[in-house]
Parts: sequence; structure tokens; C-alpha cells
Amino acid sequence: MAEATTELLTTADGRPLKAALQAAQARAKRRAFFLVLPLLLFVVLTFLIPIGYMLKRSFEHDGFVSSAPALVAWFQANPDFDPANPPEEAYAALVQDLALMQVDKTTGIAGTRINYSVPGTISLFKKGAREAKDLTPPFKESLVAVDPDWGKPALWRGMASASHIYTAEFYKVASDFKLNDGGWERGEDNERIYLYLFAKTFLISGIITVLCLLLAFPVSHLLATLPMAKSSLLMILVLLPFWTSLLVRTTSWIALLQEQGIVNDLLVAIGLIDNEGRLTMMYNMTGTIVAMTHVLLPFMILPLYSVMRVIPPSYARAARSLGATSWTTFRRVYLPQTLPGIAAGSLLVFILAVGYYITPALVGGADGQLISNLIAFHMSKSNWSLAAAIAGMLLVSILVLYWLYDRLVGIDRLKLG
Amino acid sequence: MALPTYASPLERIWYYTYLVICCLVFLFLIAPILIVIPLSFNAEPYFTFTPQMLAFDPAGYSLRWYDTLLTLGHPAPETVRDGTWWSAVWERATWVQAAKNSFWVGLWATILATVLGTIAALGLSRPEMPYRRLIMALLISPMIVPIIIIAVGMSFFFAKACVAPDSAMALLFGWALSEKGCLANSHLGVIVAHATLGIPFVIITVTATLSGFDQSLIRASQSLGANPRTTFFKVIMPLILPGVISGALFAFVTSFDEVVAVLFIAGPDQQTIPRQMFNGIREAISPAILAVATILVVISVLLLTTVELLRRRSDRLRGVTGR
Repeated sequence: MAEATTELLTTADGRPLKAALQAAQARAKRRAFFLVLPLLLFVVLTFLIPIGYMLKRSFEHDGFVSSAPALVAWFQANPDFDPANPPEEAYAALVQDLALMQVDKTTGIAGTRINYSVPGTISLFKKGAREAKDLTPPFKESLVAVDPDWGKPALWRGMASASHIYTAEFYKVASDFKLNDGGWERGEDNERIYLYLFAKTFLISGIITVLCLLLAFPVSHLLATLPMAKSSLLMILVLLPFWTSLLVRTTSWIALLQEQGIVNDLLVAIGLIDNEGRLTMMYNMTGTIVAMTHVLLPFMILPLYSVMRVIPPSYARAARSLGATSWTTFRRVYLPQTLPGIAAGSLLVFILAVGYYITPALVGGADGQLISNLIAFHMSKSNWSLAAAIAGMLLVSILVLYWLYDRLVGIDRLKLG
Repeated sequence: MALPTYASPLERIWYYTYLVICCLVFLFLIAPILIVIPLSFNAEPYFTFTPQMLAFDPAGYSLRWYDTLLTLGHPAPETVRDGTWWSAVWERATWVQAAKNSFWVGLWATILATVLGTIAALGLSRPEMPYRRLIMALLISPMIVPIIIIAVGMSFFFAKACVAPDSAMALLFGWALSEKGCLANSHLGVIVAHATLGIPFVIITVTATLSGFDQSLIRASQSLGANPRTTFFKVIMPLILPGVISGALFAFVTSFDEVVAVLFIAGPDQQTIPRQMFNGIREAISPAILAVATILVVISVLLLTTVELLRRRSDRLRGVTGR
């Protein structure tokens, strides 16, 4: 026996067993990986690269660089100029560029770029470009005579910052910073629309998550404790909404909740409210919350149910027989065992709610809009870089939640139906 | 949960309250879906029940909104309904075109997602798969990342993803690309986007089926002389087929119901049912949308039934009893 252990174990064809095993394992690894490779390439191409491209757009804008070469060159030569009082040569470069823009018809592109940080510049640029070829030196005085805004330090700061293709400016705008004459400053409280909407989105998502949990808990418990035949039937009631088109469900909520809708008709008919006092439950935040709770409820019920189903009923009986009241039994014995399901369902519902678009867009009215709707709004206004920056911020918060979900629940535990 | 014999009166009251609460939640879940069915037969252009409907007066009900689905966009809706009329419906009616687009996009997206997803799931469920967790996280993420972010990214990228006019790629894919040869505003773009969104569902359902799959069956088949192809089609496929089919159905429903990506990357030629509904709800809301909704509810009931039957068959095959 002693000799056998010192002698190197070999395979039938004489290779060392250890090396042969390693080679076989590496081969198996490669084979498994090659099976995944086609899909991986597909997802990289259709998902990762587009998102990477979007993130690049959130840092990049060449609208000013490409249309104002002289001024950009001057900014590069004089990085430390005084924005409050730019010298005559800067104005000369600007007027030269404005004249060029008028010829190339790039006024809109350059103006749009500066407009991100200094609102109102598109019309300023158009006006300046129209007059540029007739202006005479000294350009500083003649350009300011066209519009006094040309002398504003904030504008010069904005143009200097736009002379770089890559910038974090759009993230500053999306975090409610404003470019004033003195530089970037945090906006007034009532001007903080972006961070306010982020906070509101998280708050509404939190409310929806809590509502889903409250509604899902009793139902999941019932489904988990009923005999299989009955619970299978009831499960269909949970799965049918899951399989029904989101637009169908949103449409029916409009039919139910609008002012001339079924719920209001019913309330009037039984005399709870009178015809003038019809409730406004649609096209506002209430509409968003109710419809989204309905849409996301199955995502809470399914994980809760799959956890509750495997909780042995004997624990609760043991607690009761040891003298615990039914409330104590629930609080100390049953509830802690459902925590994994609560965590899984709540995180999933919250993640899905934060990025919701369609339902708020259709039933949210003015005050039920979420952050996704703001991204769509800026896309429709061609503020692409700002839309990309807001989307980038939303993406980071989702990825943190996703990472949390993976740590707490594990993505392989995700189940459908 | 039946009530134990030792329950106190208070517990009895609570138990019945609990049952009532459960019933109300089920009502909340199901009522909004069922309510569209009677409403779609409304004879009036209202989104609510008319007094005639509540009195079950036949005059309060009609099929006019279903008729609208055929006549909207029809060049001569009032003429006799002969062969030409029906062929015009098939070629011109707005909703029929949307249905055709939705169907074809959904079909190709499903095929793409299911084939790629199933093969990948086979690799992912092998124990020796390297970086399993990371890759799985990436492949599931189209379901987690907000659709608006994906749509914005795709709308930027697909506008740049173009082929040169006379290249080999243009010859291969040109028919499915836009006139400029780009993915944006093209059928291929929408198909690819929807396939990406459907992939997580295929991965989840197929890996779930494979988790109960006995890997030694593969070795058994190989030791009996089967080549990899025979092993795949005769041993693996029959066992995982229920999972593959339900994954495919999930992918199809995802595509069939998807509107955000379509809004951002599709052109006027890629009008789908959800896009038509979305615009309809935003602009002039007419009960024609409820008629479409009713048809979609019927389709989803059929799909759900199929998936449930498949799941039961799969459980039976794997020897799992009950749910």
C-alpha cells in the first residue's frame, strides 16, 4: 500500500491522473461556456452596448465643439480667463463662430448644447448668428448691444464648459445644480425638480410595496394552507392578471376609477357620495398607486407563497400548546419564518415600481408621474444628454437594489408562476 | 387553514374576517380584468355601464366596437361585405395591421429568445459552468433594468447601428432593416429588442426545469452509444420541453405586450397592438380599446391554461407531486 501512494497514478494511456482530470475539467468548463456564448454575445450586443452607449451620451456632447471652432480654440489657449469680463479677442472669436454657424446652419445645435446649463440660449444664439456678419469691432460692445445677455458671466462659463466634448455637466443639471454667474450652485429648494422627483418615485414605490405586502400576505397564507386542489384553482386568479396585458389592466382601471367610471357610479348609486362630489381617483397620484399595486401584486404573492408553503404547521401548533396566544404565535413563530419571502417579494416589487413607465404615463395625470416619465419627456424634447444622465442615475440606483436582491435572495431563486 | 377546535370566539371572528379580506383581495385582482368584457359590448361610446346595460336590455348591447376593429382604416367601410371588402380588411384595416405586426414580431422574437436561451440554460445548469452567478445576473438583468433605460439606450444605439448599402450584411439583413439600412425604425430592430426582453423569462423557466433534471441520464445515453445530437433530441429535449414551451410563451407574451421599446425604436411601419392601444388611451379613448382588451384577455386565458397544463405535465415527468 505504501508504494502505491508514492507511485504517480496514471490513466490507461499513461498520462498522470491529476493532469488528465484537470484537462477533462477544463474541457467540460469550455463546453459549458460555449453553450452560453451565443446568448452572451447577443445580450452584449443588444443590451450592454446600448446601455454603455447611453452612458457615454450622458457624458458627451460635441454640439458646441463642432460648431464653434474659433472660440473653442481660444478657450483651450486661455483656460483661466475671467468669465465676468472676457477680453475682446474672445468676443471676436465668438462673432466669427456665430457668422460661421449662420452659414452652416448649426446655430440650433450649438444653442441646444449651451441651453442645458444656461436656459434661453437657443433664441440668443439664433439672434446673434443672424446679426453676426454685420457686426463691427469692437465686438464686445457691438454684440452686447444686440443682446445684453451676451455679457453674462454664466453664459461664458457655460460656453467654456461646453468647449470640452466630455463633461459631467448633465449630471449636475440632473442633480438640480444651476450654473449662475458665480459658477455651479445648488438650486433653490423650490427649483429642485429632479431630486424631488427621484425622492417622490422612491416614496411612491415604497407605498406600493407596503400596499402589495399588506394585500399579498393574507392571500399567500390562504393559498399556502389550503388543500392543493383548492389552492390550484385560486392560484389561477393570481396568475391571470400576471398573464394579462398591462395595457388591458391599465385600461380597465381607467374604466373603473375615472370620474364617470364604475366605482364612482356605484358610490353615487348607493348614496355614499352625491353626483357633484364624485371622487377624483384617476389621472393623479391615487390612480398611479392603485393601478400599479394591482399590476405588481402577483410579484409579491408568488415569492411569499413559495416560502409559506414549506413552513411546517407543527411549529405554530407547538407554540400554541406551550401556551402562546395566537397573536404571539404569529408574531414570534410564523412571521419570522416568512421573512425570506417578504424580502424577496418586497425587493422585487420595489425594483419594478421604481422603473415603471406605462401605467404612470397613462393614468398618472400631472402629479402621478415618476422618474421614467421624466426621462421620456426629455427624450421627446430632444434633450438626449440630460435624459441619458437621469437614466444613468436611475440605473445606478436599480443596480444597487439588484445587487441587494442577489445578496439577500439570490437571482436563481427568481420564479415565475 | 381550517380553524382548530380550541379557537376562542375572538379567533373565530378574526378567522372569518381574514377570509373576507382574502376574498376582497381576489376581487381586487380579478375584477378589473373581467370588467372589460361586458363593457366592450356597450352600444354607446361610454366607458361605463349604461342604464340599459344594467337592465339587461338587449338594445344596450352591441358588437359595434368589434366592428370598428375591422373598419378603422378601411377604404370603403360602408360597402357590401364581400370578398373584396374582407381582403381590404386584411390589407388595410389599422387594427388588423397592428395585429399582424405584433404577431410576426412576437413570433420571431420568441424563436430567437427561446433557441438562444435554451442552449444557454443548458450550459448554465452544468455544475462546471465558470462565472455562473455573474453571467446569470447579466442575462436576467433585461427584466430588472427599467424598460425605459433599455429603450433609451437602444434608441441611441440602433440609430447608429447601420450597414453600408452594398455590404454583405446589407444583402443578408437589408430586407429587415429600415430604408437607411439601420436597426432603428426597422422590423429587425423591434424583433431583436423584444428577444432581449424575453430572454430572462426563457432562462428562468428552463433553468428551473433543468434543476430537476438528472444529469446522469446524459451519461447513460452517451454510454449507450448515442451521439450528442441524438442525446439532445431524444433524451434532454423531451424532458425539458414543458419548461421550454412555457418559457417561449412568456417570451411571446412579453413581446406581444411590449410598448415602450416600440415607442422609442420603431417607425410608423412597426405599429403593434400595444402601441395602438397606448396611443388610443392617450388620445381619444373609445370602447374599441375595450374590444381589443377583451380579445387579449381571452388570449391570456388560453395561454395561462396551456402553461398550467404544461407545468403539471412537467411535474409529473419529474416525479414531483402537487405544486
